[in-house]
Amino acid sequence: MLQLNPTRKVYDVCIIGSGAGGGTAAKVLAEGGLDVVMLEAGPRLNPDKDFKEHVWPYQLAHRGAGVGGKLRLQMNSEFMAPNGAWEIEGEPYTTAPGTSFRWFRSRIEGGRTNHYGRISLRFGPADFRARSTDGMGDDWPITYDELAPYYDKIESFIGVFGSKENIPNAPDGVFLPPPQPRCTDTLIKKACDRLKITCIPARMAILTKPLNGRDACHYCGQCGRGCRSASNFSSSQVMIPPAAATGRFTMIAGAMARELAVGKTGKVEAVAYIDKATGSEQRVYAKAFVVAASACESARLLLNSRSPLFPNGLANSSGMVGRYLTDSVGSDLTGHFPQLENMPVHNHDGAGGLHMYIPWWRFGQRNDFLRGYHIEFGGGRDMPGVGGFDGVCAEHEGYGIELKQKCRSSYGTFIGFSGRGEMIPNEKSYCDLDPSVVDRWGIPVLRFHWQWGENEMKMAQDMQQTFRSIIEAAGGTVIAGTRRHPQAQPAHGDQREKQAAHLTEPGAVIHELGTARMGNNPKTSVLNKNCQAHEVKNLFVADAAPFVTNPDKNPTLTIMALSWRTSEYLLDQAKKEDL
Amino acid sequence: MTTDSVSRRDVLKSLTLGAMAGSVLRVIPLEAAEHVHAVIETEKADAAGAYTPKSFTAEQFKTLQALCETIFPADADSGGAMEAGAPEFIDLLTSENPEYQRKLGGGLKWLDANCSKRFVNAYLNCTPQQQNEILDLIAYRKNAIKDGSLSLGVEFFSLLRNLASDGFFTSKIGIKYLGYKGNTYRLEFPGCPPVPGL
Repeated sequence: MLQLNPTRKVYDVCIIGSGAGGGTAAKVLAEGGLDVVMLEAGPRLNPDKDFKEHVWPYQLAHRGAGVGGKLRLQMNSEFMAPNGAWEIEGEPYTTAPGTSFRWFRSRIEGGRTNHYGRISLRFGPADFRARSTDGMGDDWPITYDELAPYYDKIESFIGVFGSKENIPNAPDGVFLPPPQPRCTDTLIKKACDRLKITCIPARMAILTKPLNGRDACHYCGQCGRGCRSASNFSSSQVMIPPAAATGRFTMIAGAMARELAVGKTGKVEAVAYIDKATGSEQRVYAKAFVVAASACESARLLLNSRSPLFPNGLANSSGMVGRYLTDSVGSDLTGHFPQLENMPVHNHDGAGGLHMYIPWWRFGQRNDFLRGYHIEFGGGRDMPGVGGFDGVCAEHEGYGIELKQKCRSSYGTFIGFSGRGEMIPNEKSYCDLDPSVVDRWGIPVLRFHWQWGENEMKMAQDMQQTFRSIIEAAGGTVIAGTRRHPQAQPAHGDQREKQAAHLTEPGAVIHELGTARMGNNPKTSVLNKNCQAHEVKNLFVADAAPFVTNPDKNPTLTIMALSWRTSEYLLDQAKKEDL
Repeated sequence: MTTDSVSRRDVLKSLTLGAMAGSVLRVIPLEAAEHVHAVIETEKADAAGAYTPKSFTAEQFKTLQALCETIFPADADSGGAMEAGAPEFIDLLTSENPEYQRKLGGGLKWLDANCSKRFVNAYLNCTPQQQNEILDLIAYRKNAIKDGSLSLGVEFFSLLRNLASDGFFTSKIGIKYLGYKGNTYRLEFPGCPPVPGL
């Protein structure tokens, strides 16, 4: 147990992590009058240096492929906003034998919000009552109506484009106007109309009008690279600045939190962290702590915070920390659309990412599986990039002018589809501490365990059928299944394996969550309905760890709405001096 | 084969003849004329400062250049992989990547050894017909299925073709060739232009 020094400065609140949840908490708490300190494991963000907006591939020696071509087929090319990585040198994680898990971590101010997809979907009323609806998983301790005002607040503040649609269980929000459809959107929308599949404007945290001092989008289609005009949402450019403007906000960058220290009263009094610049251990004292390091990193911090009072990790008498880890059910398919050949040369960029999407359109119907999924799609005449012609080269083969012309005629004729569905939390998918591995800072690392359930496999199968029917209805042909992991296609094996092959690798969708879930019962949950630890009243969690389930809606908007709500509760408790 | 089989050596030979006879260029198809242009550009660059390969020997790099240009040659619409800087790009990546060193370095050796065995000469010294003959063998996966001794060559050529496509289509001329328009600031996004049938 840590020795505590009572003469140090004591902040009102210490927030650990500067991403979606931490940034929202910093804004709400600092503007609410509290003295806030934030730890971030990576450096401060410098958009002028870190963002590669409007750079052409030929302006970089490696053309975006990275040193040795290592980023060639990776999501995080040289152009991406910084510091996201599947592997971080000196900071490993492990997987239990026979299971796999991929963990994308971002060590920088703003975390993964610097490059994320910006899809901003509200959870629907039924999503908070999963167990009541179909008997699987658990209900949330809060309802949609309790969270709805915070969705309003967050959307009004960050700016989300979309359209009012009145779709069951996909609530409308406070929307800016959506952008015009691209040619690929028009093509798919028509096919969906024929198939009676709902296809509507996407809901994205990108400004189509100026908002709160931020400029409107300039349609370069590069949100993932970061945006110097902050026309898209990132915690670093939208949440941290207003917090800092209060004069009550301190950020300590390069600070890797190691342990939360509990005092005699049973409350957290300090966080011990490694100052990465010097390797030395430092401490920060505060009256309340908001852990928002990302679901798994937050679970790791709690599990590593052992004391006589909490021998299994902080606030973990229930044993639920790390449990019920889920990722979205992901499945992908690409179609080739010959009618997109010979398109007139035109600027297809648009806003970065989706202009349209397919929400779950069979809600309330009887399906082969429980819950639902949405479909994201995109492609067309995007900026050419490394790896972009591997597929054509592999299909056409050969060499010479014929190949060159084939590459040109097929450029912009591909549309990729990604299903994103709800995984039902299960007891076999979780993370715990690896008993024998520590990272370069001496901190024990996470070990992941995973098992997809039958429902997820059936859902992925259904996604594939839907993708096929849309591609065919739009006059295209299916070119490949699960392109990301072609080796995962089993040559032999039972139906279960074949179905599993359609699923993306666990963690690969980067919607990992649920590791410190909320609930009314302290025996089966870590946090109460205010995301406050059942056992430690000055400890809050404000990332996706509190999620009880993750419906087919991307988690970031809900992380922020929930963090805003948690922060208001914390403010209220602080005013009552009840922390 | 079309004019993509015009080798650098042939073009230079034609040029030399052209300089003497004054009219030979007329018999070279347009694509070859473009090729000539690219070759001259490259020669100029060579004369100006000369690129020193980071990963390959001078001879290997010449072969790499020839292969890249054969895969994505200059034609009437654009320059080829050499003008696009594809060989230099591949050399840079290879200098940093042991797997590429093994596959590309080994592949070039495989190519020369096989050319020597079949045609007595290393690849660069083979005739265009001989070069096409060996490339036609390793440019298609099905050939390796029929003849396992070709699989190394097929694997090599597949990787090289992918990297050459990177080098060509991420270059200024490659992007222009594709007709990508964008990467700019706009006040509004007008959406899809009117397209019949869409």
